[in-house]
Amino acid sequence: MNDDFSRTGAAPVPVLRLGDILLVTLQGDLHDGTAEQLQQDIVEAIARSRVTGVVIDISGVEIVDSFLGRVLAEIGANARLLAAQTVVAGMRPAVAITMVELGLTLPGLRTALSTEAALELLGRPDAAAPRAPRQEPR
Amino acid sequence: MRSEAVPEHEAAASYGTPTDEVGAFLSRRREQIAQRWADEPLFRTVFTVSRDEAVEACRSVVDALAQVADSGRVEDSDSAGFTVVREQLARMTAARSRSGMSTAQVSGEVDALRAPVVNLLVADLPDAPPEHLRECATTLTVLMGTLRLVVMETALTEVQALIDRQQMQLLEVATPVIRLWDGVVAVPLIGTLDSARSQVVMETLLQAVVDQQARYAILDITGVPTVDSLVAQHLMKTVAAVRLMGAECVVSGIRPAIAQTIVHLGLDLGTVVTRAGLADALAYALHGLGADIVHATPGGAGQR
Repeated sequence: MNDDFSRTGAAPVPVLRLGDILLVTLQGDLHDGTAEQLQQDIVEAIARSRVTGVVIDISGVEIVDSFLGRVLAEIGANARLLAAQTVVAGMRPAVAITMVELGLTLPGLRTALSTEAALELLGRPDAAAPRAPRQEPR
Repeated sequence: MRSEAVPEHEAAASYGTPTDEVGAFLSRRREQIAQRWADEPLFRTVFTVSRDEAVEACRSVVDALAQVADSGRVEDSDSAGFTVVREQLARMTAARSRSGMSTAQVSGEVDALRAPVVNLLVADLPDAPPEHLRECATTLTVLMGTLRLVVMETALTEVQALIDRQQMQLLEVATPVIRLWDGVVAVPLIGTLDSARSQVVMETLLQAVVDQQARYAILDITGVPTVDSLVAQHLMKTVAAVRLMGAECVVSGIRPAIAQTIVHLGLDLGTVVTRAGLADALAYALHGLGADIVHATPGGAGQR
């Protein structure tokens, strides 16, 4: 318990602000305490700076357990209450398979292949709309 | 074939145990047995090149039988003596199977080897007590039965190895991931999906999504003959995993019968984007990427 708290103090996950977007990059294994601390940090950061989007890059995470899956879902739900969209970016194939097998499909969250794609997604809310102008019918 | 059972239990003092006797007989009459077997259909049809070759093969089988009899374990198909001839027997049964014989027919041909050798044994012990003769004949019959078992085991092992090999090939071959466009990958699924295959499909598809940074993944199930609740569950899992990766999954090629089955089973594919054919799915993906397909304008420089 004490050990967990000391870890939390030692290496908190940095929450970066890029314009209207918060960028969180997770690396390696995340302790339960760190994950909870992160959830709290993100919510406070959204409320303080009034950002409209949160990008969580988990390309450096090898293992996602049910707890971390729930934390991700809760971050998404909290952010939505504060009028911000959450995008989970860069999930590895093995992690995706594990999460599906665990039944954690993160229904409320948006996903992207990479951080770049996630930023693009948040910058352009109507991602399904075609980019190229339609050709005028003659 | 088998001598009459005589209700006298005289100990055959001058004779060895039946297995020793049979072993000695096989070694002694090796040449004669080999000559007779070479005329049996099993050897005659496999070794068509020359009769000497057949006789040589027969000799090695007789030697193996003699060795097994000497070891005293005539019922044991794992006897060391058989290991020598196992490969040869496998070749013979394979040759017979190739010429269209069923396993039962091959088994019958092996059984046909028994009569000549038992007849020889009876002729070889003319003045032995009937009780001893009967025991020897029984032992020899058991030994020949074991040979038949070894042949069948060998054939089954061959078949099993073939099946294993083909299963591996099927897993490797049957799941190609095709890049249809920049950012669009597709897997045409062919054949029945089971857990192992759908796992492979999921892994290869997700890896392709990462490698090619694909925004759209298309699962084409035109070649899947039936869909039950398990297969549908696998599809849903794949779709969910692709979505978690940050791409969108489109299922295409659901045939009318399968659509009806899905509705009858009450499966909810509501969260899955479906399109009738692979072409429609590709059009959907291209539209999502902002690359619409338009007809070339007559007289003007048409787009690709």
